[in-house]
Amino acid sequence: MVIPNFARYVKSRSDRQLLHGLKYNKTSTCKPEESNNGLPIVPCGLIAWSLFNDTYTFARGMVELKVSRKNIAWKSDRNHKFGKHVYPFNFQNGTLIGGGKLDPSLSLSDQEDLIVWMRTAALPSFRKLYGRIEEDLEAEEVILVNLTNNYNTYSFGGKKTLVLSTSSWLGGKNDFLGIAYIAVGSSCIFISFVFMLLHVKNPR
Amino acid sequence: MRESSARTKGKVRWSKLYSFSCLRQGTVEPAPVQQLGGPGFTRVVFCNESHLHKKKPYKYPKNSISTTKYNFVTFFPKALFEQFRRVANLYFLLAAILSVTSLAPFSPASVIAPLVFVVGISMLKEAVEDWRRFLQDLNVNSRTVKVHIGNGLFKDKAWKALSVGDVVKVNKNDYFPSDLLLISSSFEDGLCYVETMNLDGETNLKVKRCLEQTLSLDEDTEFLNFKATIRCEDPNSNLYSFVGNLEFENQTHPLGTAQVLLRDSKLRNTDYVYGVVIFSGPDTKVVRNSTRSPSKRSRIERRMDYVIYILFSMLILVSLVTSIGSVLYTTSQMTKWWYLHSEEDDPFFNPLKPVLSGILQFIRGLILFGYLIPISLYVSIEVVKVLQSMLINKDIEMYDEVTCKSVEAQTSNLNEELGQVEMILSDKTGTLTCNQMEFRKCSIAGISYGGEVNEVDLAASKRINTDLERYHFSFDGSDSSSQSFEMFEFSVPDVRTQKAVLDGVEDVENLSIGNSRISDLGKESVIRGFNFKDDRLMKKKWMNRSNVSDMTMFFRVMALCHTGIPIEDDETDKLKYEAESPEEVAFLIASQEFGFKFCRRTQSILVLKELDPSLGVEVEREYKLLNLLEFSSSRKRMSVIVSNEDGQIFLLCKGADSIIFDRLADDGKAYQQETSAHLLNYAEDGLRTLAFAYRRIEHAEYEDWSSIFTRAKTTIGPIREELLESVSEMIEKDLILLGVAAVEDKLQKGVPECIDKLAQAGLKIWLLTGDKKETAINIGFACSLLRHDMTQFHLSLSKEAESNNQEKAMKEDILQQIGKSYQVTCEESNKDAPFALVVDGKALEIAMRSDVKDQFLHLAVNCASVICCRVSPKQKALITRSVKEYTGRTILAIGDGANDVGMIQEADIGVGISGMEGMQAVMASDFSLPQFRFLERLLIVHGHWCYKRISKMILYFVYKNIVFGLTLFYYELYTNFSGEVMYDDWYMVLFNVLLTSFPVISLGVLEQDVPSDVCLQFPALYQQGQRNIYFSWIRILGWILNGVLASLAIFTLNVYTLSPAAFREGGEVADIAHLGAFSYTCVIWTVNCQIALIISHFTWIQYLFIWGSILLWYIFMYIYGALPPVYSNRAFHLFTEALGPTPMYWLITLLVLIVSLLPYFIHIVIQRLFYPMDDHVIQEMKYYRKDVTDNPMWLREQNNSKKKTHIGFSSRVDAKIRYFRGQLHQKKILIYRSVTNSPLYRSVTNSPLF
Repeated sequence: MVIPNFARYVKSRSDRQLLHGLKYNKTSTCKPEESNNGLPIVPCGLIAWSLFNDTYTFARGMVELKVSRKNIAWKSDRNHKFGKHVYPFNFQNGTLIGGGKLDPSLSLSDQEDLIVWMRTAALPSFRKLYGRIEEDLEAEEVILVNLTNNYNTYSFGGKKTLVLSTSSWLGGKNDFLGIAYIAVGSSCIFISFVFMLLHVKNPR
Repeated sequence: MRESSARTKGKVRWSKLYSFSCLRQGTVEPAPVQQLGGPGFTRVVFCNESHLHKKKPYKYPKNSISTTKYNFVTFFPKALFEQFRRVANLYFLLAAILSVTSLAPFSPASVIAPLVFVVGISMLKEAVEDWRRFLQDLNVNSRTVKVHIGNGLFKDKAWKALSVGDVVKVNKNDYFPSDLLLISSSFEDGLCYVETMNLDGETNLKVKRCLEQTLSLDEDTEFLNFKATIRCEDPNSNLYSFVGNLEFENQTHPLGTAQVLLRDSKLRNTDYVYGVVIFSGPDTKVVRNSTRSPSKRSRIERRMDYVIYILFSMLILVSLVTSIGSVLYTTSQMTKWWYLHSEEDDPFFNPLKPVLSGILQFIRGLILFGYLIPISLYVSIEVVKVLQSMLINKDIEMYDEVTCKSVEAQTSNLNEELGQVEMILSDKTGTLTCNQMEFRKCSIAGISYGGEVNEVDLAASKRINTDLERYHFSFDGSDSSSQSFEMFEFSVPDVRTQKAVLDGVEDVENLSIGNSRISDLGKESVIRGFNFKDDRLMKKKWMNRSNVSDMTMFFRVMALCHTGIPIEDDETDKLKYEAESPEEVAFLIASQEFGFKFCRRTQSILVLKELDPSLGVEVEREYKLLNLLEFSSSRKRMSVIVSNEDGQIFLLCKGADSIIFDRLADDGKAYQQETSAHLLNYAEDGLRTLAFAYRRIEHAEYEDWSSIFTRAKTTIGPIREELLESVSEMIEKDLILLGVAAVEDKLQKGVPECIDKLAQAGLKIWLLTGDKKETAINIGFACSLLRHDMTQFHLSLSKEAESNNQEKAMKEDILQQIGKSYQVTCEESNKDAPFALVVDGKALEIAMRSDVKDQFLHLAVNCASVICCRVSPKQKALITRSVKEYTGRTILAIGDGANDVGMIQEADIGVGISGMEGMQAVMASDFSLPQFRFLERLLIVHGHWCYKRISKMILYFVYKNIVFGLTLFYYELYTNFSGEVMYDDWYMVLFNVLLTSFPVISLGVLEQDVPSDVCLQFPALYQQGQRNIYFSWIRILGWILNGVLASLAIFTLNVYTLSPAAFREGGEVADIAHLGAFSYTCVIWTVNCQIALIISHFTWIQYLFIWGSILLWYIFMYIYGALPPVYSNRAFHLFTEALGPTPMYWLITLLVLIVSLLPYFIHIVIQRLFYPMDDHVIQEMKYYRKDVTDNPMWLREQNNSKKKTHIGFSSRVDAKIRYFRGQLHQKKILIYRSVTNSPLYRSVTNSPLF
């Protein structure tokens, strides 16, 4: 459990740098991960620095289950917010290494893990899209997950959960909306029934 | 004075004859002169040498006046200072300053812009109001007056150019430009008449008189070499004193108030006067007397302050929770969060300095949750109030075609206060009445003339008649009933009317038509001051009646016993008259109409052109005026002793009926009984009555008496008055009663109906007048403020207490009277009986002392109506303040003259009548009306609406800001109190500025619970404002609760649906921007739909604003998202990419909307179904068109909604009906007995068919 919506954390980024790279150097908002050894960091800031870096591989029986890691970030982010010609620079080179590293040869707009991570979640307990399993899974099927536990949550007792979920037109599995609709609807019917009875009993 | 009268004794001044100045002058004795030159008496004025006043030490201010609050230089600092004296503004300023620092969680513009707007608008309003004052001043300052410019030439100069020492010439009917010393007038004895209505509200003319020595300066050329020096008191505010002397031709003459003409009074009946400016501009007494109008705040606004305090404490609480939570997290947890990379560089989250971080977080919280305190509320209220007053100003129903003026809101602060008025303090002259007396009725020799049926009787009998009609059908003994009801001889001729009155409800409406017809007739009548219609007397017909001699005598008394003078009227051959009191003018006009034209007056001769009944032609007769026994308030009568051409001596007397009746001869009481009955009727109608009587005096008796009288007149010293009185008493006896005449102090159009409606709406009306007690009581009757079945308490100083002039005795006297009256009101039998209190000015002065005040007010509040007469302007203000403080009710004061200014300023709402000439009352007022009758619509319609509008608006504002502000707080809880905001900066700014402001403004300007005509039909609705049920604490708390519930619904539903699973088919999860936009959409929908539930009057404007606001949010999101990410930040492509195509987004909006509005919806359903309030019932009836389909029900409801009141026309009708019914009941019993005893009845009842 990271607290991604902590104000200090949320602010520690530079959208302009993400788009323009080293050409943009007013990155004071990125403190304390602004520069290292006198050189600017791209991408700067605490969010990027604490990039989530657990990795997962899935297997169905002995066959590897393909997980598509493409198109997991918002298109607008990829096309307009992260520079196509901006490459990681001086990233995770400091004495304190936060989270994952980035491939310096890939432009930021292609680093979808980063893009997903940079969208700070709204609430303390949150999910992030890792990838899509595009094959249909059968019921009762056993899936083997091989995970590399890189990301440190021990210091603050955070929990990590892997969720495999089917998403429908209403998104992932979440009964809340449906229950709420049923509850509100039935209470409305109940109330209107009560008022109708009262009205019939003593009309104007 | 003795000296001066001795000097004038030789020459007879004819003007003295008809004014009592010869007797009154004693009261204006100049004070001792030795003070002059000492402190407070240093002013020196060099007459006709104004150039000497250009240099010190005699440099005095110019005659220009300024009533503005600011000038160009002081406007900014002063107005700004005023603005930041409001606590809320100060808070916003603090927030703005903090927002510039790094502490602010969002951009400074979002805090500063609204503040600038609020302060700017308020300052603009101040500037506009001040500008209006400036224009008014300009107008006054540029009036012109003729000023001596040397060489005996007079030239027009603007008032402002006038300086001390100038000699000016003021013409008839012009105002004096400054305080002047009277030098001479067009009258040869240096008299002039002055109307001081603007100073003290008294309408009678006052006489001023110049010094003997300056009399000769009555030509322009005389001023060529005129030089004199005035030494006098320094400028002060005392209107009734002046100390000074005039050095003229090497002699010193004392000056007093009689020689001083005050600014803002008016020259009347005198062609011109010359005067020297003594005090100019700001030094004049009237300007010194004026007070700056205090800024008033409405009751709702004052309570709103407390609401703001509640919200403020909520804000503090929330911020405190945030800062404490933040500190706890920082110290205990933050070091563990490696990803925060905590070092000691961040002051907000410094685990080593928790106190500092806590304080900083607290301040940040104050700014962040500042949305709880709606700054835009102040902006919107200002805007709404300006628009409201525009609507009030433009109301065509309140436009007076006679004066071409309409109602004007002078300040827009108090619109909603109009809906909460509980008491009206009203001036009389010029406000309720037109200051015009009309001859209405008379009773001569025991026969009443000019008497139409009294309107109250008419209304009552109409209603009774319809009841009778039913009775006729139900009662089988109809043959006998017809004769027994002859007392109700007024039949309703027209069947339709009869139908209409079947329910006895429309009476008032019918009557008001009738009333207006009567007043129209008054307008049509060609002769001003004469509204008398009786064919028996008019057109010389009276000569054919039986008791001609009495009639002749009656008219003679009317034509001779007065102090008036005739004035030629160029247009007609009829004469006009001027007299000290308007009643005398009315009598003179009437006697002229009856054929007794008073033509001339010389020092001892009165000339009448009278109709001789025996000859049938007009003859001119001279009457020698032997003595004039003047009127005084203690004598209550005046007499003249005249001798006719035959040498017969008559004493002609007129006076109050009780006084005259006491002095009747045994053989003079022939008509006393009938006359008394008529008097009672007249008085009930509010007519002012005077009894006329005469007496023949034998020559011998007269000679004896005359010598005594002359001796008394020449007596010197304080006993003179007493002596004169007792001598007069000697001759005014053994009178023969002729009859009574009744004049009407003409009420303004629509006044009784207006008072009636206001009374039904639960308003109390007090009359405060400078007039005499009798006149005040008459008007009380005319306006139905008094009735004859009311118990009247008269509070006045008893004679001995007054003469002793010992404060203690006076106080005890008053206390005793109050105690006695109070006991009467407390008696069980009088529980429902109406009481009226009539207080005299002098008694009031004692009663207003701090130790008597409470008891007095306690009594006064228990009375249905209160009339204060002979009160000074200062007392009016004092009463207003005391009543306001004692009762805590909202007081409205209405008046027309400068003497009402104090009262108008002191009251919660001051209303000025703008139809008149003077502008002081209007300038001091908060609202100005051309006519009193518009008060009804102003209060019952506009006041009611504005009250509801503003209270609904404030409550809604509180609600919507709580909804919005609390969602921020809830999110804060989820972010470990770190101060993160889920909304974009622009969302925050636009929330109050654009996305929710227009509907609430349309609510504030256009909302009506019921249409205006229904408001007027159901005055009871007005009481909602008086009881303040729409802005009660329970409602305020209810709305706060509603806001809390709605914000909870919005936040939790959004959080639980969006987290933690993905919200789209593609598996994307929601981030801060998504949650923010989701919640914000819900907030916008909720608050805008909530206002749709509140509004009960929809026009296209409301629809446009409400749905437009919601639409605007989507449009904004679209446009904002389309901007490059540098500007749109997290909102980039938010709507087009993430929200719009997501079904979840729309589903949540719908769900949240329903859930958040459900509590309110259930609340209103329950309230309307089971505990409906007046307006709900009326709305429903109106909705089902009951006023058209079920008229009786509609009218019945109207009747039921009226407040039980003791004042007003309808209640008088009700009382009359009770009286008639009582009598009817007795008759019925009689009839029943007679019928049951009749053999026919017996035979019928005994027959088996029955």
